[in-house]
Amino acid sequence: MTTITEIRKPGVQPQARTGRLTPSQRRNITGYLFISPFILGFLIWFLIPALIALYLSVHDWNMINAPEFVGLQNFQRLTTDPLLPQALKATFLYTIVSVPVGLALSFGLAMLINNEFRGIAIFRTIFYLPSIIPAVASAALWAWIFNTEFGLINVIIRGLGGTKIPWLQAPAWAPIALIIMSLWSVGGSMIIFLAGLQGIPDIYYEAAEIDGAGRWQRLWNITLPLMSPVFFFNLVIGFINSFQVFVAGYLITDGGPVNATLFMVLYIYRTAFRSLNMGYAAALSWLLFFILMGLSFLVFRYLGNRVYYENPGE
Amino acid sequence: MSSAEMTSVAEAAAVPYTGSRRRKSSSTTRIITYILLIAVSILMLFPFLWLVSSSLKSQLQIFEYPPQWFPYPLLWQNYVDALTFRPFGLYLRNSLTIATLNVIAVVFTSSLCAYGFARIRFWGREFWFGIVIATLLLPSIVTLVPQFIIFSRLGWVDTILPLTVPLFFGGGAFNIFLLRQFFRTIPEELADAARIDGCSEFGIYWRIMLPLSKPALITVGIFTFLAAWNDLIGPLVYLRTPDTYTVAIGLAQFRGAMTTRWDLQMAAAAVMILPVILLFFFAQRYFIRGIVMTGLKG
Repeated sequence: MTTITEIRKPGVQPQARTGRLTPSQRRNITGYLFISPFILGFLIWFLIPALIALYLSVHDWNMINAPEFVGLQNFQRLTTDPLLPQALKATFLYTIVSVPVGLALSFGLAMLINNEFRGIAIFRTIFYLPSIIPAVASAALWAWIFNTEFGLINVIIRGLGGTKIPWLQAPAWAPIALIIMSLWSVGGSMIIFLAGLQGIPDIYYEAAEIDGAGRWQRLWNITLPLMSPVFFFNLVIGFINSFQVFVAGYLITDGGPVNATLFMVLYIYRTAFRSLNMGYAAALSWLLFFILMGLSFLVFRYLGNRVYYENPGE
Repeated sequence: MSSAEMTSVAEAAAVPYTGSRRRKSSSTTRIITYILLIAVSILMLFPFLWLVSSSLKSQLQIFEYPPQWFPYPLLWQNYVDALTFRPFGLYLRNSLTIATLNVIAVVFTSSLCAYGFARIRFWGREFWFGIVIATLLLPSIVTLVPQFIIFSRLGWVDTILPLTVPLFFGGGAFNIFLLRQFFRTIPEELADAARIDGCSEFGIYWRIMLPLSKPALITVGIFTFLAAWNDLIGPLVYLRTPDTYTVAIGLAQFRGAMTTRWDLQMAAAAVMILPVILLFFFAQRYFIRGIVMTGLKG
C-alpha cells in the first residue's frame, strides 16, 4: 500500500542504494525508536526479573550470605508447607465470593443509574467515589468500621437489637468483613457496565416491547447477551485483581486471625521481606503466576464461547 | 434530564448516541428506583460520614456507646495532632514529588510508544503489541522480589528511584493501550499533510498528536497520579528512612503506632483522601472517560 511517506518529489523514486535506506526500512527503524522505551522497559523490568525469579526459585538465599543452589527443594516445600494451603484457601475464597457478588452489584447499580432522572449524576458520583479512595485510607477506615465494640457496623446491629459480631477477631468473620469492604468499591466496574448499557440501542427494547416482551424477558434476551462482553471483561479484570489483594490483608488483619486472611501476595511479601527467604518467595510467586494463567485460560476457554458478540469476527 | 447531560455521558461512553436511556413508563417503578438509589447512596456515604465524624471526636467520645454522629465540640485539634505526630507535611511533599515525576514520565513515554504502535507500520508491530498486552496479565508480585534485588545491587534501595525510574520506560501497558486506541481515532490526513510539508515522525507526534490528545493525556495523567498517591507496596519495600516516607506508608505506620487512637487515624486518613476527592471533582469527565475507553474498546 502506498503511503504518503513513500512519495517524494515527482520524478524521484525510492531507492535502495547502499547507504540509502528504503522507506520501509526507515519505517521500521522509526517504529522501533518510538517503542524503544517499552522494549527496554520490558527487558529490564520484566524479562530479566522473570529470569532472576527462575534463578532464585532454585536457590536458597537470605540476602546476606551467598545464594546456595538447592535444586527443586523450594518447589518441594510447596507441597509440605503448612501455611500454603491456608493462603491459597483464603485467596480463593475471597476471590470466589467478592468477584461474582461485586459483578452482580455493580451491574445492578449500573441498571439503576441508567435512568433519566434529574440529578442522576449525583448518584453516579456517590457510587463511584469510594472506588478511587486510596486503599490505605480505606483500610484504616474499615478497620474502624468493623471494630467490635464501637465500630459503625456493630453499632447499627446493636441498635437494631442484634448482638455484636467479632468481625476482625474471628477467623470465620474476618474474610467476610474484607469482602464487604471490597463491595464498597464497585463503582469502577459499575461505570464500565453503565457505558455498555448505554451502548444498547433503544430500538431493540422498543421492538421487543411491541412484540409483547415483559421486563424480565427484555433483560434476559437483550440486555444480558449484549452485555456479555462487558461482563467477561469485568470478570477477568476482577478476578486477576482480587487474587492479588494485599493492602487489606496487610493493614487490617495482618493475615489473621489465625491466618484466615493470609492472602497469597501477603504471604509472599512476608516470606521475602520478613523471613528473608528469597528462594521460596520466588517459588511461591511462580505458583501464583501459574494459578492465574490456568484460571485465565479456563475462563477464556469455557466462558469465552458464551460471550455474544454483535459483530462476530471483530 | 437535560440533553446536555445525556450527550456528555454518551460522549464519555465513546459510542454513537442512539437514545439508549430506558424510559420508565410507570411511576411506581420510578418511586422504587428512587428509593433504591437513595438507599444505596446512604450505604455508600455512611463510611465517609463515619470517617469525618470520628476524626473530629475526642478520645472519650470515640469510645462512647451509643456514639454521637455530631461530636460537640468539633475537635479540629485532632487534625493538627495527627499531622504533627508524624511529619505528614513531609510525607505529603514526598508523595507529591513521586506522583508528579510519575505523571511526567508516563504521559510522555506511554504516548511515545502508543504513537509508534498506532501510526507506524513497522515489522513486528503486532508481536510487540502482544507483548504489551501480555505484561498486563503478569502478577506484579512475580517481578517484585527480583526487581528488589536488582535495585539493591544498584544501591537504589531507600531512595525514590525504584518508584520513578521504571515509569520512564513505557509508562505501563495499560496507558500504552489506552493511548493507542485513542490515537487511532485521529484522522491520518493530518499526519499526511504534515509529512508532505517535510515533518518528521517525531514532529508529527510532538506537534500534532500530543496537542490533539490532551483529554486522553489528562486521563492518563490522572490515573497515574492516583496510582502513585495510593501505592503502598512500593514505598513499603523501597523506602526505609522515615523522612522519605509517602503519605501511604505514613498512614500505614501510623496505624501501627496509634492502634487505639482512632480519632487521629481517621483524621490522617481523611487528609489522605481529601486530595483525591478534590481531584475527582475538578476532573470528573476524565475519570469516567478513561475507564470507559479501556473497558469498552478492550
